[in-house]
Amino acid sequence: MGKIIVNRERCKACALCTLTCPQKLILFSEEANSQGFYPAELSSEKECTGCALCAEICPDVAIEVWR
Amino acid sequence: MEKRLFLKGNEALAAGAIKAGCRFYFAYPITPQNEIPEYLSKHMAKVEGCFIQAESEVASINMILGASAAGARAMTSSASPGISLMQEGISYLAGNELPAVIVNVNRSGPGLGGISASQGDYFQATRGGGHGDYRTLVLAPHSVQEMHDLTLLAFDLADKYRNPVVILADAVLGQMQETMVDRPYHPMELPPKDWILTGAQGRNPRLIKSLYLKEGEMERHNWKLFEKYQRMKEEVRYEVVQQEDAQLVVVAFGTTARVSKTALRLARQAGLKVGLLRPITLFPFPAQALLDLSQRVKRFLAIEMNTGQMVEDVRLSVARDAEVHFYGHPPGSPPFPEELVEAIKKVY
Amino acid sequence: MKQVFKRPASLKDVPFHFCAGCHHGTIHRLVAEAIDSFNLRERTIGVAGVGCSVFIYDYFDIDALEAPHGRAPAVATGLKRALRDRIIFTYQGDGDLASIGMSEIVHTANRGENITVIFVNNTVYGMTGGQMAPTTLLGQQTTTSPYGRDFVQDGYPIRMAEMLATLEGTSFSARVAVNTSANLVKAKKAVRKAFEMQMNDLGFSFVELLSSCPTNWGLNSLKANERVEKELIPYFPLGIFKERKGTDFS
Repeated sequence: MGKIIVNRERCKACALCTLTCPQKLILFSEEANSQGFYPAELSSEKECTGCALCAEICPDVAIEVWR
Repeated sequence: MEKRLFLKGNEALAAGAIKAGCRFYFAYPITPQNEIPEYLSKHMAKVEGCFIQAESEVASINMILGASAAGARAMTSSASPGISLMQEGISYLAGNELPAVIVNVNRSGPGLGGISASQGDYFQATRGGGHGDYRTLVLAPHSVQEMHDLTLLAFDLADKYRNPVVILADAVLGQMQETMVDRPYHPMELPPKDWILTGAQGRNPRLIKSLYLKEGEMERHNWKLFEKYQRMKEEVRYEVVQQEDAQLVVVAFGTTARVSKTALRLARQAGLKVGLLRPITLFPFPAQALLDLSQRVKRFLAIEMNTGQMVEDVRLSVARDAEVHFYGHPPGSPPFPEELVEAIKKVY
Repeated sequence: MKQVFKRPASLKDVPFHFCAGCHHGTIHRLVAEAIDSFNLRERTIGVAGVGCSVFIYDYFDIDALEAPHGRAPAVATGLKRALRDRIIFTYQGDGDLASIGMSEIVHTANRGENITVIFVNNTVYGMTGGQMAPTTLLGQQTTTSPYGRDFVQDGYPIRMAEMLATLEGTSFSARVAVNTSANLVKAKKAVRKAFEMQMNDLGFSFVELLSSCPTNWGLNSLKANERVEKELIPYFPLGIFKERKGTDFS
């Protein structure tokens, strides 16, 4: 129904997005980006509703949302 | 028949600003220059200009920064302690390469000081009281006519060089009343202001700043400013009186130069061959003119209403074998011509 | 599927230098969204304060001017008086606005200058390494209040939004936060309203946005975010303290 794309290089793994996802779908990558952060990523596209609450709270404008 | 006006120096300066197209004036009251904001509070409205009595001199100089960035001709005026408050803003104007006219009607100091005339702000004006490696053009009027005429010039020079220009007057000049010719304003040819901030419509955004953190940027910027200050040396202006046969040349500016002209007359009557070199620009200082003069004249007397500031520039300028003497008349009252004649006699 | 959230056009596509979890980035985005929603980009000029906010010109795709520390409201006054039909906003932190710039902000608001001030309050001096700010809370430890802020020594923290609301020249004064989804909705509305006030020539508009500062609070991003809720909001209540409707200059 919805999906998010996290810009891996912009994410600083601040984890604020994890506070807002009603479905608790955000987890952190096993692979670090070039800054040394383990960026956030969507665990399941099936359950994402595209509510964009994660994108709204993201301080790095690292998340794009589709619905 | 030229129209003549009978005005106070402060009023003549304010009238000159309006004539030069200044439409933004922000200032805080301080004696002995209050006629400037009072005049402009009335006359800015008449030309649809903007007058704000700001909450402080700090606010004033920063409002100037904003208006100048928008391309406006903006001016502020104050006297010594208020100019001290503006130093950060002047440094920013210089670093941002923004034009502005700042008037200092020098009063006595240091500290609260007094309201009588002084030339104790010479260092502040020419060495820059603000931080960083910058210079401002400094113009020193010595008559009500020059309070008007040099203001017209100040706005042109500010725009020509994208730099703050200081007009260094003093309490006597500000308060005295004389006739002046209501000269028309003939602007010099000036480059277009293609750097101003107006909103990025149909073009790339512009940025005006003075922060340079990247490698090499700060150095490049400072050399760029330095080159500009070298070019500013073309603007040197000075007046020379009776130097052809002079054995001693007085160097003085502003009100001191005015009184010196009378002292010169009295000294000449007494048979002394004295001349006068009056810097009109304090930065750039007429160093070359003094050097040239000192090939023949070997005795100079710097006279100032302070305890010794401009004299250092005279010493730096003249030939090694020329003598430079100093007579200081610290603030409290302007010097008398007779007093200056005595000073001349002592070193002649 | 269509895209329902993306970077606003007037926010440049460059990485933010802000610390992980710092709310400056969110606030930058809200301002850019407001500018874009009213199509103001080409006639907006931003005035940067000094602090972590000094780099707004690297992030907003608009004309911008740097102001000396604390003086942005005065600089904005000069700009707005010269360019009456442009949108002028300042972006300042709590040291810039509430300490060194206190005179300029109060008088600019008092004159009712038609500008918008974005005030980011994180109760600490960020850029310079965590010193006490006028908004530091009682008991809060900072590098210059190592024993915790004590009102006998340092006075109480200042509530700017309430204070500026008492001035006739202020048309809009609000305090919001960006630490929860619900607060974000209200924050977005307040920022939009502030720019709308300027567009309608209604006078000085002010939004205080509470922010976290993980690095200088010595907390991780999530705990810092929680501190906004648990400690800041109780002292700095959220709300609209003044909203002028029409030119009621009576």
